[in-house]
Amino acid sequence: MFPEFGQFSLILSLLLAILLATVPLAGSLAGRASLQAFARPLAAGQFVFVAIAFGVLTYAFMVDDFSVAYVANNSNSLLPWYFKFSAVWGAHEGSLLLWMLILAGWTLAVAIFSRRLPAVMTSQVLSVMGMVSVGFLLFLLMTSNPFDRILPNVPTNGADLNPLLQDFGLIVHPPMLYMGYVGFSVAFAFAIAALINGRLDAAWARWSRPWTTVAWAFLSVGIALGSWWAYYELGWGGWWFWDPVENASLLPWLAGTALMHSLAVTEKRGVFKSWTVLLAILTFSLSLLGAFLVRSGVLTSVHAFASDPTRGQFLLALLAITIVSSLTLYAFRAPVVHSRIRYGSASREIFLLLNNVLLMAAMLLVLVGTLYPLILDYLDMGRLSIGEPFYNLTFSPVAIAVGLLLGAGIFSRWKKTDGGWLARKLLWPAAVSLIVAVLVPLWMGKFEPWAFAGCFSAAWIVSATARDLLDKSASRQGRWHGLRRQSRSYYGMVLGHLGLALTMAGATVVSNYGVERDVRMSPGDTVSIENIDFAFVQIGERQGANFRAETAQVDISRDGRKIATLYPEKRQYTVQRSVMTEAGIDAGLARDLFVALGEQVGDNAWAMRIQYKPLIRWIWLGSLFMAAGGILAIADRRYRIREKVPVKPAALPDREPDAGRAVPEAMS
Amino acid sequence: MHPKRKKRLTLILFLMAGLSIAIGLTTYALRQNISLFYDPSQIASGEAPGDVRIRAGGMVEEGSVQRDPDSLRVTFRVTDFESSVTMEYTGILPDLFAEGQGVVATGRLNGDRLFVADQVLAKHDENYMPPEVMDSLEKAAARAESNTAQSIPEY
Repeated sequence: MFPEFGQFSLILSLLLAILLATVPLAGSLAGRASLQAFARPLAAGQFVFVAIAFGVLTYAFMVDDFSVAYVANNSNSLLPWYFKFSAVWGAHEGSLLLWMLILAGWTLAVAIFSRRLPAVMTSQVLSVMGMVSVGFLLFLLMTSNPFDRILPNVPTNGADLNPLLQDFGLIVHPPMLYMGYVGFSVAFAFAIAALINGRLDAAWARWSRPWTTVAWAFLSVGIALGSWWAYYELGWGGWWFWDPVENASLLPWLAGTALMHSLAVTEKRGVFKSWTVLLAILTFSLSLLGAFLVRSGVLTSVHAFASDPTRGQFLLALLAITIVSSLTLYAFRAPVVHSRIRYGSASREIFLLLNNVLLMAAMLLVLVGTLYPLILDYLDMGRLSIGEPFYNLTFSPVAIAVGLLLGAGIFSRWKKTDGGWLARKLLWPAAVSLIVAVLVPLWMGKFEPWAFAGCFSAAWIVSATARDLLDKSASRQGRWHGLRRQSRSYYGMVLGHLGLALTMAGATVVSNYGVERDVRMSPGDTVSIENIDFAFVQIGERQGANFRAETAQVDISRDGRKIATLYPEKRQYTVQRSVMTEAGIDAGLARDLFVALGEQVGDNAWAMRIQYKPLIRWIWLGSLFMAAGGILAIADRRYRIREKVPVKPAALPDREPDAGRAVPEAMS
Repeated sequence: MHPKRKKRLTLILFLMAGLSIAIGLTTYALRQNISLFYDPSQIASGEAPGDVRIRAGGMVEEGSVQRDPDSLRVTFRVTDFESSVTMEYTGILPDLFAEGQGVVATGRLNGDRLFVADQVLAKHDENYMPPEVMDSLEKAAARAESNTAQSIPEY
């Protein structure tokens, strides 16, 4: 198979994307159904050709076609087949192709699952997705073609994949993350389509909700995988570094979380419409900003790809066009009518509004911390970096406040909540959380104010959620019946909130009570941390597939009873001649024991990093809970019943573009 | 006051208060946690402040890495090929730390103008050069070039 086929099909898909971006949109504006009918076939065609291109590149990796520059730079004939596969997205060009494949996949998914939407909406949404595709396909073809050849001097072997990326984490982390990033383009497309046709109503919110939730769930898993991967593969046991690229993934996550909650209000109560639209635009813009930060070479980061100024300029232009055009559209079309729907000062609306305020505050903090050094550097006002303490100092209080608000918000009702009633409801969770927040420091043996606050907030979420579940499931036919009566989206919410509590508890405990020690050890030495003995038994060498490793044996025991034996390694990769640290980890739900082998510091002595990490697994477990909650929520019946019932014209009146702006639906 | 206006006023006051607290906290936190980058020449010329957390970087000088025989303390010199600064670090150095490689360290200059680092970063790609270091090397090279250019007429 010739790599040129890949490039050719990318060009074809660009042509299809251009058609997709224009024809159905024109059809919907002119009211011509025949043109709108092109939307779905075009979306399918675009996906097929991007998939062919992706297949061609994968094939080139599998057969070691080193005439393709990208393959030669990122693969090697010694690489195991699964790493050859994941090497497809191991560097800039291929990962962008993966990004494009996922974008085309989301477009196709919208085309498939939008049968019950009005044709106008579908064609406009797909057209907007097509515009995004045009941008990225142009970027791919003009600045980062993965199919460039090295001819006629074909290298005999490749330069190998960066050893850091030769790991299970790389196989799954980027696809998950991109599913999230790109998934927000659907919410964006829905928002833009709603602005174009002026139909910003509850139906619009209901349609875009499941898409937003799925994208958010993927992004949650993607971020957690990245954190987990950094923890064991970067070798030194940190799980979040506030690295600008990590921040770049956190920004759309925070905005996406706000969007999910704001969409709930718009769907249920028909308010916050303008804000929700703005959030949808913001969330996708932040995804684009992330792509820009990672791929333009402006950052010093593990993630930064080799830089090429034209790429940065292109992405910056793409970002600017997206923001300017969608905000212009917003300025002209956002609902100007004041909503006459009333809600009291302790209503669920207000709680969700405050949730959005806090999430936006958190987002802005991270944004300031990430962009401030870049802007100063660009203006040539000095190079500076903003360290972890900034984020710990500012982000933690906001996160704790989010938890406290959440616990109270669960009980609140739409329209109006009685303050006294709410306070009585909260008495019991407050007592439980206070006990937990006092017990944890006692158990860990040291009082830390942040640990107290974090544990209180996490326990508060759990106890309030449990209390609410008990209240809601009270039934004369027994608890089980009551539990079964709750909707899937309710359970999704419960799971998601519990996940947040888990992550919060894990992050709090491990950052306050984790023990980290760098020591100099010779075989025979023993070090004790938290009554656990780490004995350095011996060190030896072994030969891997494409590396040579020094392996230490560390026996871990407590009170003379053996717990585990770890084999931390220092690997020397032969092709790239780079050194990698493979930590030895004894993982557990309650704590991780972590040993990393440093460099040799004497004739018979090595540097070792030994860590005791309580509850660290909870951080990632929590995000799995959150993602599972999201998936459960979209499996809710109310999203599916409508598929079976044919849409009656009366249910979704085909109003004139302006009609949607007049009176909110809930008013009628 | 009209109850609706009153509600709006409280909301606005509430938002203003929240916003000013947030801005105040953020600027305070920013001021506390910014560390500026200085290259070895700037440190040698006394431009860099003492006892403030700063970042410094350059190439690790060949033959300058010295380890303490009993602990994990290590000292090395970092240069931009014009001046150099001695750094001290206790702990595990990154995998790609080596003589002749670019590094960026965060820490403080003590009274003896010794840079005590609490964090040393070397990049995970042997061809990668931290942009700060690249920049400072280019500047130093440019200065060296203009010096030689100026010195030619003196011959």
